[in-house]
Amino acid sequence: MTENELKAVLDPANYADGTVFDLAGPLADGEIALDEIVPARAPWSAVVRAGQVLTIVDVGGNQSGDCLLYNARDTAERYSVPDTIAGAGNLYVRAGTVLRSCLGNPLATVVANEIDRQDTIGGACGKESNSLRYGHHTTAEHGCRENFLAEASKYGMGARDIVSNLNWFMNVPVEADGTLGIVNGISGPGKRVAIRAETDILVLVSNCPQLNNPCNDFNPTPLRMIITGPA
Amino acid sequence: MATRAGQHVTDTVGNARADARARAGQLADAMPYVPAASTPYPPPGVDTSKLTWAETVAGGNYGHKVVARGTRVRLEDVTGEACAHVLLYNALEPWERLNVADTVKIPWQAYLGAGHPLLSGDGRVLATIASDDSGAHDALCGTSSGCANRAKYGGSAPQGPSPSGRELFTLAAAKHGLGPRDLPPSVSFFKGVRVEPDGALAWGGGAGPGKAVELLAELPLIILIANVPHPVDPRPGYTCGPLRVHAWRSAPTAAGDRFWDATPEAHRAYLNSADYCAARGL
Repeated sequence: MTENELKAVLDPANYADGTVFDLAGPLADGEIALDEIVPARAPWSAVVRAGQVLTIVDVGGNQSGDCLLYNARDTAERYSVPDTIAGAGNLYVRAGTVLRSCLGNPLATVVANEIDRQDTIGGACGKESNSLRYGHHTTAEHGCRENFLAEASKYGMGARDIVSNLNWFMNVPVEADGTLGIVNGISGPGKRVAIRAETDILVLVSNCPQLNNPCNDFNPTPLRMIITGPA
Repeated sequence: MATRAGQHVTDTVGNARADARARAGQLADAMPYVPAASTPYPPPGVDTSKLTWAETVAGGNYGHKVVARGTRVRLEDVTGEACAHVLLYNALEPWERLNVADTVKIPWQAYLGAGHPLLSGDGRVLATIASDDSGAHDALCGTSSGCANRAKYGGSAPQGPSPSGRELFTLAAAKHGLGPRDLPPSVSFFKGVRVEPDGALAWGGGAGPGKAVELLAELPLIILIANVPHPVDPRPGYTCGPLRVHAWRSAPTAAGDRFWDATPEAHRAYLNSADYCAARGL
């Protein structure tokens, strides 16, 4: 991104009326190893070394950051929603939740969280699933599945490597009879979550482009990704 | 079926062959019945000549089969102690496979029951839960990992007394050319979990012996089943009873069927599955 492009990405005037941005800062002390802005609708990835902390900033508020984690040394070992849920005994991700792999191993731990709860059951949007959820007329729209596939391809991964994911700053309540769905967010500009890598992890993020539900207030905005700690 | 060396005469090839052949026709508690029509446990009301899969899967073991579109697969919890962890793949393009997030999100329902579509990540129904008299199932907790089983039971290996679901799925998948990257989160039948208001998981256990679930294949499917204790089963022991599987030729969900347009989301999923099959000449 050029300086002018970055300026445009970070100008609230280029988003819905009333958009407020707060870039906040890292939730962990230490040397900043990486500090990047993920534009609205775009994918992102980075390796976070064991012991480093990744802070994700919800710059514009209620922007879902769909996220997958992989063991950086063997990507066949990847984030697992059910291993994380069963291991924690709780559906919601909060400070202290251990993010586990499909082999049950800790990939990362949530070390700080500024909203009540984070989601890991809502999965990712995509062209195909949009056709079920909203109708075939939405199939032309970009989705998180497309972002994940594009970013995964940089590491030699494909459709077999995309699994159910985390959704930072997305709100998916489950009612007593099992009814669930994505509802208005509980985040806001500058709210953050931070995870500490327990082993070297590859992090894939899709800055959710969905325009048919409130996972981003129908107003996709940027995310800020900050890695702190020695490389 | 363990025997002792002293019960066998195997000193020559001829004797060894005779000894091996003498075991034919025996029955084990858990085994496939081939041909399927020879099953000792035919499901009620089913024409046995239409059966294509009949098998009893022991607790701590696995089963797998490729089935045609329109196959109806009945899973029965014989003793009330089975827990059938299931993975489904489009048999023609196995990178299309069960997606648990879409399976709960798109129908707006976390708990599995009759009429629930089991969805792929490609916007299609892989199978419909066509009937269910148990109501105790789970799409949130997946199956057990080696890590969890070693901590809980002291072991997780397939050859040991407490195999993990993940390790059994690894074997079942390999028999269809699929590897560890092909093992997404699974669903399980016959042990229920519910979510408390604060997100805590509440164990519901099983619904008793003889309960059955029937899945209707809406695409040609690879079906993998690992019959192992549920990952949040609070009992300290490795408790898992036999699972009986029967499948027979039937018809996929179509216009006019009960579930075809039960919800707008499922309706479009059935349309997408039918569209795929029409294009492929299925």
